[in-house]
Amino acid sequence: MSAPQITDIAQAEQGTSLWRDAWLRLRRNRLAVCGLAVLAFFILVALLTPWIAPYGYAQQQLAVGATPPSAAHWLGTDIFGRDLLTQIMYGGRVSLAVGFIATAVALLIGVTWGAVAGYAGGKVDAVMMRLVDILYALPFMIFIVLLMVVFGRNMLLLFLAIGAVEWLTMARIMRSQVQSLRQQEFVEAAISLGLSPATIIRRHLVPNALGPIIVYTTLTIPSVMLLEAFLSFLGLGVQPPQTSWGLLISYGAESMEEYPWLLIFPGLALTLTLFSLNFLGDGLRDALDVRGAKD
Amino acid sequence: MRWTCAARRTDPVLKVENLSVSFVTRMGTNKAVDDISFTVETGRITAVIGESGSGKSVACYSLLGLIPQPPGRIDGGRALFHGQDLLQMTAAELRRIRGRDIAMVFQDPMTCLNPYMTIGQQLVEPLLYHKKVSRAQARDRALELLDEVGIRDPASTIDNYPHQFSGGMRQRVMIAMALINEPELLIADEPTTALDVTIQAQILKLLATLQAKRNIGILFISHDLAVVADIADQIVVMQQGRIVETGNRDAIFRHASHPYTQKLLQAIPRGGKPVALPTSLPLVTVRNLCTSFQSGNTVVKAVDDVSFEVLRGEVLGLVGESGSGKSTIGRSLLRLVHASSGQIDFDGIDVTALQRRELKNLRRRMQFIFQDPFASLNPRMTVYDTLAEPLLLHGIETRSTVGAHVLRLMDDVGLARTFVRKYPHEFSGGQRQRIAIGRALATRPDFVVADEPVSALDVTIQAQILELMRELGREYGLTMLFISHDLSVVRQLADRIVVLYKGKIVEQAATEDLFQRPQQAYTQQLLRSIPGSTLLAADPSGTDTTLS
Repeated sequence: MSAPQITDIAQAEQGTSLWRDAWLRLRRNRLAVCGLAVLAFFILVALLTPWIAPYGYAQQQLAVGATPPSAAHWLGTDIFGRDLLTQIMYGGRVSLAVGFIATAVALLIGVTWGAVAGYAGGKVDAVMMRLVDILYALPFMIFIVLLMVVFGRNMLLLFLAIGAVEWLTMARIMRSQVQSLRQQEFVEAAISLGLSPATIIRRHLVPNALGPIIVYTTLTIPSVMLLEAFLSFLGLGVQPPQTSWGLLISYGAESMEEYPWLLIFPGLALTLTLFSLNFLGDGLRDALDVRGAKD
Repeated sequence: MRWTCAARRTDPVLKVENLSVSFVTRMGTNKAVDDISFTVETGRITAVIGESGSGKSVACYSLLGLIPQPPGRIDGGRALFHGQDLLQMTAAELRRIRGRDIAMVFQDPMTCLNPYMTIGQQLVEPLLYHKKVSRAQARDRALELLDEVGIRDPASTIDNYPHQFSGGMRQRVMIAMALINEPELLIADEPTTALDVTIQAQILKLLATLQAKRNIGILFISHDLAVVADIADQIVVMQQGRIVETGNRDAIFRHASHPYTQKLLQAIPRGGKPVALPTSLPLVTVRNLCTSFQSGNTVVKAVDDVSFEVLRGEVLGLVGESGSGKSTIGRSLLRLVHASSGQIDFDGIDVTALQRRELKNLRRRMQFIFQDPFASLNPRMTVYDTLAEPLLLHGIETRSTVGAHVLRLMDDVGLARTFVRKYPHEFSGGQRQRIAIGRALATRPDFVVADEPVSALDVTIQAQILELMRELGREYGLTMLFISHDLSVVRQLADRIVVLYKGKIVEQAATEDLFQRPQQAYTQQLLRSIPGSTLLAADPSGTDTTLS
């Protein structure tokens, strides 16, 4: 065999994957890469916080209470003299963890549930989706309060509770995607190759439904973060001296007029995260659509 | 056969001169139509022939301002309609002409009618818009026209909704709608492509009759020379935005000079399969197969007590119109749909009784080739993934060895190896169908069901794919069930043919017997409907000499 053909085989044997191609395409989208970099930075900081934070998160210096940004306290301090940068760093740990873990839970349950219901159709679909309808109808606050009351206040439980609420819409989106996809001949072709339903869902349906799912995911992460803030504000989420961005923002909002930095900096952290997520989400959607930008 | 009218004026109703149209996109400027000129005369039919992408539709649509601008851009030329240049008109002026002086009939009658309006409402709409008539007068006119286009009992069907009509009937309604303002020019864009052959023959005849009676000019766009063989006066052949040949019908069919025209003529399916059939034992035996679907409260019998055999090594053609149950039979054989009753025996295995695990083994030996290569390939999988999937699934290759096998498959189906990492959307229809064929043959099946594998393709591509299937069939020792609505296509591949009508078998015979001596009236009607059959049959030598 001639040389070009050998390289072809080498190319072929590299194995191909949608994800690898998507990554190559994503790299060309500058905004998405910026978004990814910002998120990576935030996550890295959150992971290293206990070692790099300038002060302890509960450390109060009443003498320097509510000072604006200075050399000692880059982002200023709150009324108890706690360093705001430290607070934001620790708060980011909670906010990012809730955002990503709860969304991951929602994604996993929602996509699986919706794909199975959509693919199975008929009675299975009817039963599964009625269950979703019932959960939709429950006021989610009551649901979460109940969970908290029964199991006690617990971070992990908070993640699960929020995830358990957010998966419903995900399941509906996935189901409608799968329903239209399974009519297509390539699914029939997969059946006639002898693939099992699980493989068909995993290899043929989910990748084709990713566009809307990813967009919805990037919208879910911020809404989960805000939900956590809301719950914390009600006293159901994290409690002082632990903190989160949502909590910092709500406290900052109370003293907005005297100490604006207490609102501005946590707000900036959240906004930056949301922007980054949106850009990354858009980039991912385009990157995963193989028909989009030409190589 | 020609439907002509004795008295004819022959001044041009439409004269297109040096028309150029291009599309400007981020990827660059693409010249879709490059300096073309042609005329349509009153009382005559000019056919514009070309494959998809040849610019034929763009050219005709741009005349009426129907291409989006941008990205479309008319670079130059004139289109004189009674001395007025259509290309210079404002949108408002064009609106007055569209539907009144120049009317259009589109390809797909299923999507061109608004499903929420009765056909009566849709028919009177252009009349009320363009002319000062009362609703009652408009309705009377609509009734007259429905009668003229051959809708039975128009008075009682005028208030029906589009879904209550068949495809052929809808196309008749579309034609009535186009004619209601008595236009002088009718632009018909592939008006019969979406229809069954017998219906196609009727619509073509209707167009020719109406045209002669009303003395209007028709611009007929088609990808298929055979379709216009019976009706066109003037034929314009387009390739890649340019006109490669223009001439009257006889000149084109008898003395085509341009190689592309000759290639198109050559691609018109005709003649039969060269070799005689093998005499062997049946591989697949179907006994009293019935398949029905529940639609609402009614049960539709798609397949009604059908029995036939497919002999080892033969190609059995299954022919019928839409709704004849031919696809359902093919799908039943592979258990893609469940048979209501009856037996399907594949090499001693009762297909209808298999459990899931056994079914997987069976599917290694039986494969399916689908009609639409745009839908049958997963858009998010590369050629490599698509071809590797069956090999890995059935344990024929491992991850480390599959690459070489995939490349061999690509060689077999005639795809360049460098395409291995590309996605389906980067291929043309013919190439996609090659991928689909490669996937079906990957497991080296004994039996393949091919469901209209070429009907979504351009004619020249059709010929290539049929040739490929014939070659591979021989090479792989395949037994094949070849499903098609098109008898002339089936004739090229099939050893025997089964003709279906409304879920029942009408006739089955060896291919040439069926063509020479059709026994049943329905078969005879199907044979007569093959487009261009009269012209091509009348003088086979004349066409052959041009195909050197």
